[in-house]
Amino acid sequence: MSYDYIEFGDTEKEFTSKIEEISGQNIFSCYQCGKCSAGCAFSNLMEKTINHTMQLVQLGKKEKVLQSNTHWVCASCLTCTVRCPREIDVAAVMEAIREYTLRYEPETIERLDLPEELLKKIPNIALVGSFRKKSEL
Amino acid sequence: MRIGVYVCECGKNISATVDVEKVVDYAKSLPNVAASRVYKYMCADPGQELIKKDIEELKLDKVIVAACSPRMHEPTFRAAIEDKGLNPYTLEIVNIREQVSWVHDDKKKGTKKAKSLVKSSVMRSALMEPLDRKKVGVTHKALVIGAGIAGIQAALDIAGSGYQVTLVEKTSSIGGKMAQLDKTFPTLDCSACILSPKMVEVGRNPNITLIANAEVEQVDGYVGNFKVKIKKKPRYVIEERCTMCDDCVPVCPVIVHDEYNENLSPRKAIYIAFPQAIPASYIINPDDCLGIDPLICSKCKDVCGPEAIDFDMKPEIIEDEFGAIVVATGFDTYPIENLGEYGQGNIPDVITGLEFERLISPGGPSTGDLRRPSDGKLVKNVVFIHCAGSRDPAKHLPYCSKICCMYSTKQALMFKHEVRDGTAVNFYIDIRTGGKDYEEFYQRAAEEAKVIYIRGKVSELIQDGDKILVKGVNTLTAETVELHADLVVLATGIIPSQGTKDIASVLRLSLGINGFIKEAHPKLKPVETSITGVFVAGCATGPKDIPETVSQAGRAAVRACNIIAQDEIEVEATIAHVDEILCRGCGICVGTCPYSAITLIDTKRFGNIYKVASVNEALCKGCGSCAAACLNGAINQFGFEDKQILAMIQALGEE
Repeated sequence: MSYDYIEFGDTEKEFTSKIEEISGQNIFSCYQCGKCSAGCAFSNLMEKTINHTMQLVQLGKKEKVLQSNTHWVCASCLTCTVRCPREIDVAAVMEAIREYTLRYEPETIERLDLPEELLKKIPNIALVGSFRKKSEL
Repeated sequence: MRIGVYVCECGKNISATVDVEKVVDYAKSLPNVAASRVYKYMCADPGQELIKKDIEELKLDKVIVAACSPRMHEPTFRAAIEDKGLNPYTLEIVNIREQVSWVHDDKKKGTKKAKSLVKSSVMRSALMEPLDRKKVGVTHKALVIGAGIAGIQAALDIAGSGYQVTLVEKTSSIGGKMAQLDKTFPTLDCSACILSPKMVEVGRNPNITLIANAEVEQVDGYVGNFKVKIKKKPRYVIEERCTMCDDCVPVCPVIVHDEYNENLSPRKAIYIAFPQAIPASYIINPDDCLGIDPLICSKCKDVCGPEAIDFDMKPEIIEDEFGAIVVATGFDTYPIENLGEYGQGNIPDVITGLEFERLISPGGPSTGDLRRPSDGKLVKNVVFIHCAGSRDPAKHLPYCSKICCMYSTKQALMFKHEVRDGTAVNFYIDIRTGGKDYEEFYQRAAEEAKVIYIRGKVSELIQDGDKILVKGVNTLTAETVELHADLVVLATGIIPSQGTKDIASVLRLSLGINGFIKEAHPKLKPVETSITGVFVAGCATGPKDIPETVSQAGRAAVRACNIIAQDEIEVEATIAHVDEILCRGCGICVGTCPYSAITLIDTKRFGNIYKVASVNEALCKGCGSCAAACLNGAINQFGFEDKQILAMIQALGEE
């Protein structure tokens, strides 16, 4: 059984409102019916269900949200968005979490850190793409 | 003697477990049976016509209907046979639905039981005699007990129909619990703003006699003619003279807790419950006052300009007669002292919902700034715990108190309106928003005010420094959670008020398992009680919100008017009667009768005076207790005579 301490300090409030700002969605509209998770084609691959993620965003639990692979597994098929009874664009929230990671928690890729073997195998376009997204330049 | 037996299929309700054709054939073989028929729905018009036609053509003089409980269609079939000139009390109903088909699975056994029951009724039917319905006069006046929103509405509606109504209230002012609320869901109307016009109307309406600070002590009589004793406690302030100038309050030396503010603020021994109180007069509470004696203290009397204070007031007994009674005695909230894991009331900043209403009310102890009781600090984060005492059959209340989801949501919303940067967290088991616009209100609280809802019950509250440590769970994320709160509000459940319990014993009303007054039928007779002419409205029958209470009060008023509008009403015909020759005057029946309908009277026999039992026909409800208790078999009940019952038992004993 995991444990959590709930507080609504600046960090929590900032995270929630940033996700709301990027997605344009009212996270607090979610009343945890779970229909988004129920209809998700990839929920079996997600570490946390989508509604679980939504609840964590409501509570401002940044670490827990970002640690989970849920938003990365999301294929943006929009099934959740179409079916959400509270008219939340859930896929936009998932996208917002991805955006947040890229904007505020960037994992940079250093050319010199990449092993030679990998560099031989990896297609050029992937390299360029990842530099674009994940470099400090 | 020509008896007709009519067996109902009730769709599949009866025919699935009882072979109705076999019952019909069997009935034909029984003595005196001239006709025996089956029909799909005997209560439907064609079914009734079947009976009527047979009465005419086959010259029947008794009718037996084997169908559902007599509680359902006895009146239907009585009216049907009365139409054709038979006495309605010669109808016999055999309950082969509730007592046979619905409680058995085996069709063979069910059919056998149905046959036995039909046989026993045929035997009884032959011995049944026509009975007369008696009529009694009616007092065109109603009594409403309890002046919360339910009682106020019932009184206004009765008065609005043009009848006199007396409204009795236990406390010093009408208004009840609703007067303590700051706002109401789902519209956030100010409670006092929507209640006080009704209160003013009660004070103004010439058809309403308001008796506040009074209790109903005794009720005798019966529908149409209740004799009621009301004890009016002394107010020690003459209502008509008091100008509400407030001069008496500053000089009063006694300071006590103010009940209206849930004991969160002080008041004096002379006080007015709240500014809009009706009757608009101050009152001295004799338990608080130094002595109601000018020798001890007469400061208030000395300063009172209009000389409204009268230390010589005595309790007054008001005796009156009423045709109908509406009980609207309301609720209390579940005592916080019973909730051990939530501090038992020993943590000052763990409060009840009603205390929160007072704290956030501009008329409350902190004049609207939400300050917590312990140190008067402003509150930044509040935790609301739903189902505090409710839905807990193991230790507390087994039922859902119905309004707590909504009132906690309302309070969270009010808090967020007051403290924009504050946080409000609701711990809930289920959110129940069954009411018009309730779900929208709940969604609005989450969406607009960002009220947090965490699914899970809080296990424990602990004082931690100047905060309260809340140990809960989030069942949706499967995590135990802890947080620190400035203030914790317990959504304590609804329990029957002391007044409800008291009046139930005065009126001898049946109570349900949870102590609320039991309705005559949970769906179709929601305001009727076990006693004809006594109706009930509001939380006295169970948890209710304001709209439901108001509509119920309206129905109770209509039902009361149904009675008091008549000049005379029919009373029960199946009452007890005494065979004076057999009666030995032992008086066992007198003590057995729950309606005080039997007295011992003197009778002359062979020149000597003897005591014998005598039944007051208007008071007797036909319960049969006395007939069963009588040692000499001297009391019998019309329609349930010993000879009829014995014939039934004999028939059931035969194979």
